Amino acid sequence: MIVGARLAPSRRASGIAGVVLTGFCSALAAGLLILILGYVVVQGWGAINPAFLTQLPRPVGVSGGGVANGIVGTLIIVALGVLMAVPVGVLTGLYLAIYGRGLAAECVRFLAEVLSGVPSIAIGLFAYTILVQPFRHFSGLSAAFAFMILMLPLMIRTSEEAIRGVPTAIREGALALGLPDYGGVIHVVLPAARPLIVTGLLLAIARVTGETAPLLFTAFGSEFWELNPGNPMATLAMQIFRYAISPYDDWHRQAWGAALLLILAVLVLNVGARWALRGGAKRS
Amino acid sequence: MSLELDAHRTVTAARGRAAQRGLTTRQAFADRAFRVALLGATLLFVALIAGLFVELVHGSWESIVAFGAGFLWSSEWNPVTNHFGALPFIYGTVVSSAIAIAIASVVGISAAVFLAEFAPSVVARPVSFFIELLAAVPSVVFGLWGLFVLAPILSSTVEPFVQRYLGFLPIFSGPIYGVGLLTAGLLLALMIVPTVAAIARDLIQAVPNELREASIALGATHWETATRVVLPSARAGIIGACVLALGRALGETIAATMVIGNRPAISASLFAPGYTLSSVIANEFTEATSSIYLSALLELGLILFVVSFIVNGCARILMWSMLRSQGRRA
Repeated sequence: MIVGARLAPSRRASGIAGVVLTGFCSALAAGLLILILGYVVVQGWGAINPAFLTQLPRPVGVSGGGVANGIVGTLIIVALGVLMAVPVGVLTGLYLAIYGRGLAAECVRFLAEVLSGVPSIAIGLFAYTILVQPFRHFSGLSAAFAFMILMLPLMIRTSEEAIRGVPTAIREGALALGLPDYGGVIHVVLPAARPLIVTGLLLAIARVTGETAPLLFTAFGSEFWELNPGNPMATLAMQIFRYAISPYDDWHRQAWGAALLLILAVLVLNVGARWALRGGAKRS
Repeated sequence: MSLELDAHRTVTAARGRAAQRGLTTRQAFADRAFRVALLGATLLFVALIAGLFVELVHGSWESIVAFGAGFLWSSEWNPVTNHFGALPFIYGTVVSSAIAIAIASVVGISAAVFLAEFAPSVVARPVSFFIELLAAVPSVVFGLWGLFVLAPILSSTVEPFVQRYLGFLPIFSGPIYGVGLLTAGLLLALMIVPTVAAIARDLIQAVPNELREASIALGATHWETATRVVLPSARAGIIGACVLALGRALGETIAATMVIGNRPAISASLFAPGYTLSSVIANEFTEATSSIYLSALLELGLILFVVSFIVNGCARILMWSMLRSQGRRA
């Protein structure tokens, strides 16, 4: 690469220095992940035991207890968010992929891109004003609504790309066989696009699972078993936040334990998303 | 492009024929219902975004009427007297984000250049994977790490060291708390580096190879090619990536809340605690007792929404313009 017998020493040196410096920056960024991950594993490992995973939080001063209600709350709220986001996201993606030409569709795409950068706390405020304020109490459902909006941009984009990625010949084949529009889409296009849609969904779930800010005034948190999404619910991310800023050592320990659980869930979802993508590529 | 257009025309034509060629009434009805469902979902999505904006304006109307534009430059935030101004929060948000983007753009673009231009794929692939995973780490975990690891390191070693030699500068003066604007800026930098690095890498890879070949043929070294030919031709897009990352830093809530100190004061020192727009909402929203207090917090949310909307819009336009001009050139 940087060879050539008559290359001036200064040019050669700046080339080497440049590669070393940029390489160092890459190592720094990748190393930070390992550093943070390692720290969470080391600190969190000690906090995790059967009681931590199955019990409710104990009051201040009573050691022990767990985050079971946070785990269940996270699962319920995320599941409700997915139930709302999948139909809207996939159908909008389909619309953009099939009919999406012209200025209007371009605007929808632009809105989706921009929405993905809107702070989650602003979306939480929206959920508060339309689902908490009128009913005068916090609820898991309002948090799920905020999660839906947070998931939509990614769902819409990956669905559109997935459907556009289906070879035109396959779509023509379906129409040539006499299938109506919707039939071709449901029986032919969607199955072919599924791996990428699933990838997008898993990434969207990974994104919201770690969200904390919009939950503070929607799901609010709870000390109890709460399976009814009409009531305030606990989530893991909120428990980490509240425990971390508390002055108690035992709560700090539990915050690290909960962080380990959360980070594992998010990493598994991310790796799963890649795996789903590869599985799809292999088949087609 | 034209190939894709032709393909689209064939599909459209085939669809038209299928409609003419005996679909049963039920099928025709289902076909129409299907289209309505697609359009309905899209309209619902647009309505949600419009609703988001309208609700924020509606919720903050009381505060907008009461304080007017002065809300933006008044620095009093007093729930007791019900007088509210956003300046300390705007200051904290701008300063912490500026620190973050200054660091993240340098590190992120460097990493992108290395990964796209120099690293062999054996190195580039795992490193890219790690950087992408870094982007997936929840912000509350970053906050936890920042509070218990980064802040103590800064307050015990880094900040005293800097203060000993550069303490005469106002930005490095004053007492050291550990939590503060600098800590928040550094933590935000870590969080947005993956955004810059990943997008910039993709944009650099999208630069046509002919440019590199021409530059090498003229006798430039690999490094000169990367810095003087490849980077300038991806400039608009990379600036877009940095603006996008800036948008993330401006709106980041939980991690900033955990390490910025949460004090609504404007101080020149980066070591002093501050407050951001989003963290005051996170901390005080459930405690807001009067309706004007709630309305003022919602107005902070509105400011955040509008600013992030503009910032992100600009970033997207920059990146699109680069990819489009590249598409023309290729």
